[in-house]
Amino acid sequence: MTALAQADAESGTSRSPYFEPEHEMLREQIRRFVEDEVKPHGLAWEEQGFTPREILLRMGELGFLGIRYPAEYGGSELDTLATVVLAEELGRSTFSGFAITALVHTDMASVHIAHAGSQAQKDAHMADIVAGRKICAVAVTEPGAGSDVKGIRTRARRDGDAYVLDGSKIYITNGVLADLYCVAAKTGGEGERPSRSVSMFLVEKGTPGLRVGRALDKHGWRSSDTAELFFENCRVPAANLLGEEGHGFYAIMRNFQNERTVIGAMAMGEAQAAIDLTLDWLTSRQAFGEPLWAKGAIRQRMAMLQSKVEAGRQLVYHAAWLDARGADATREVSMVKAYCGDLVNEVMAACLQFHGGLGFMRESTIERMARDARVQSIGGGATEVMLEEVAKRMGR
Amino acid sequence: MKVLVPVKRVIDYNVKVRVKADGSGVELANVKMSMNPFDEIAVEEAIRLKEKGKATEIIAVSIGPQQAQETIRTALAMGADRGILVKVDGTVEPLAVAKILKGVVDEENPDLVILGKQAIDDDCNQTGQMLAALLGWPQGTFASKVEPGDGSVDVTREVDGGLQTVSLKMPAVVTTDLRLNEPRYASLPNIMKAKKKPIAEKTAADYGVDPAPRLTVLKTVEPGGRKAGVKVGSAGELVEKLKNEAAVI
Repeated sequence: MTALAQADAESGTSRSPYFEPEHEMLREQIRRFVEDEVKPHGLAWEEQGFTPREILLRMGELGFLGIRYPAEYGGSELDTLATVVLAEELGRSTFSGFAITALVHTDMASVHIAHAGSQAQKDAHMADIVAGRKICAVAVTEPGAGSDVKGIRTRARRDGDAYVLDGSKIYITNGVLADLYCVAAKTGGEGERPSRSVSMFLVEKGTPGLRVGRALDKHGWRSSDTAELFFENCRVPAANLLGEEGHGFYAIMRNFQNERTVIGAMAMGEAQAAIDLTLDWLTSRQAFGEPLWAKGAIRQRMAMLQSKVEAGRQLVYHAAWLDARGADATREVSMVKAYCGDLVNEVMAACLQFHGGLGFMRESTIERMARDARVQSIGGGATEVMLEEVAKRMGR
Repeated sequence: MKVLVPVKRVIDYNVKVRVKADGSGVELANVKMSMNPFDEIAVEEAIRLKEKGKATEIIAVSIGPQQAQETIRTALAMGADRGILVKVDGTVEPLAVAKILKGVVDEENPDLVILGKQAIDDDCNQTGQMLAALLGWPQGTFASKVEPGDGSVDVTREVDGGLQTVSLKMPAVVTTDLRLNEPRYASLPNIMKAKKKPIAEKTAADYGVDPAPRLTVLKTVEPGGRKAGVKVGSAGELVEKLKNEAAVI
């Protein structure tokens, strides 16, 4: 062991070559924040069906919402690895509905404004986004199109110095409470290539013609508000186009890379939290005169799951590192999404099983976590779609 | 007013401490280390004094291995202005720490030294008192309130049976108790700013101190497990047990 490795081991840091001391310090602060300001309130948020604005404002104050954004807007100009730290630690909270509320805002929705927004758009919104004063949602999915982004039907028709949006969106995280919606809609004529026919628009809450439908009743993520959105003759100024007309598909695909990395990191945080709390249970619960942890079948299964989670986490770090240095990580990110999305469900199933009857009770943490994990192999690109992306890059 | 805040790197309070197999001490390998929580309170108090316009500069000093720099960095991210790392490997006993700190004080001339009343690793509760004695300064220990006035500082202390307020002529040494304040988070922008703040590196020899331990640890053992209790059926049985088994009444 080198002196440096020895020092790392002794200081109990991540033992990963990818992280700098500031990443570790950020991790420590987020972990404390989650313990003190999230976990005591999470159940109430699950009950009410959304995460309150105050906690997002608090995260804004602590700089957690502007990790990669420019300093002029209050951001810290860090990289994908710091984002991964945020996602992993929020995932560890055991309240993934809360975690996704924050992460959709920081890493799935506001990125459309940060990456493609005009100077005026950024100046108008970015400081509020970083501070948590304006919350963002991204609206791509429709009743008729999910992972198949080119299949959306919502249309944006140019009319003088405005666009008029018509259509509907579904399963939109932060859909009820958001202030800013980044909305995908079809532009261009009949003959336009599908990949050149999607544009992104910034629609502010309260715009006439935008109607927030019902808050959807979900299997998990119950502390996250999810909505159906309707656009009926919804007129937005032409200046609200995000990026160039017809470039929306590429923007969505680009931002998907980040979204999928974040979901992978979040999933590994969830999986680790589940393993940790299951271990507490297994070492204290007695059966046939000894703790469950003494049973070979259980120990072996848990050890294998821990090994897989470690592998998944390192794959997330590696993909984030590739991305941070500007390399194309589509292959690795697709692997992350497919592997971690499935793995977190495998972990939850085993951990719930080992909780016995308690795992079947709504009062147990693992019951909630298992429900929350289910969407991780669906949202942000279903496992099957992700594996196709991997297969395409296997060179046959 | 210049404030010196000594901060110690200790095993994180969440870690379940294990005794090494050979009994020579506790396991430190692969264990998460953090700033001593009482020292965090000291850093917070210094920052609040600065925010109130009473303190002008906060210096965080740590005595320990190279990694104690991380502890100083945390203090800087919270709001301290600069750091001093006095590099010493291995155990440093409270008297050696106090002697080194006296050297730092002689060099920096702070008006106030605020430090934790004890560190959560060895729970010695000696360094602040020893430092005050070596300096010949007044001390206010176990502070639950610190109010600097003109050339003096009022320190409210948590003592058995209530609160005692002492007025100390500055310069003075104050040690913090748990209820003095609630330390802030280091926000991400402040973590990034802390990277640019200077940390000076020193050795014990720079202050003419020999940090070699004066005590020898014979062995370290796990505390015995708590014995199972019993449920009594009646008040009479309880009285009988207290009288005859526990022999306390």
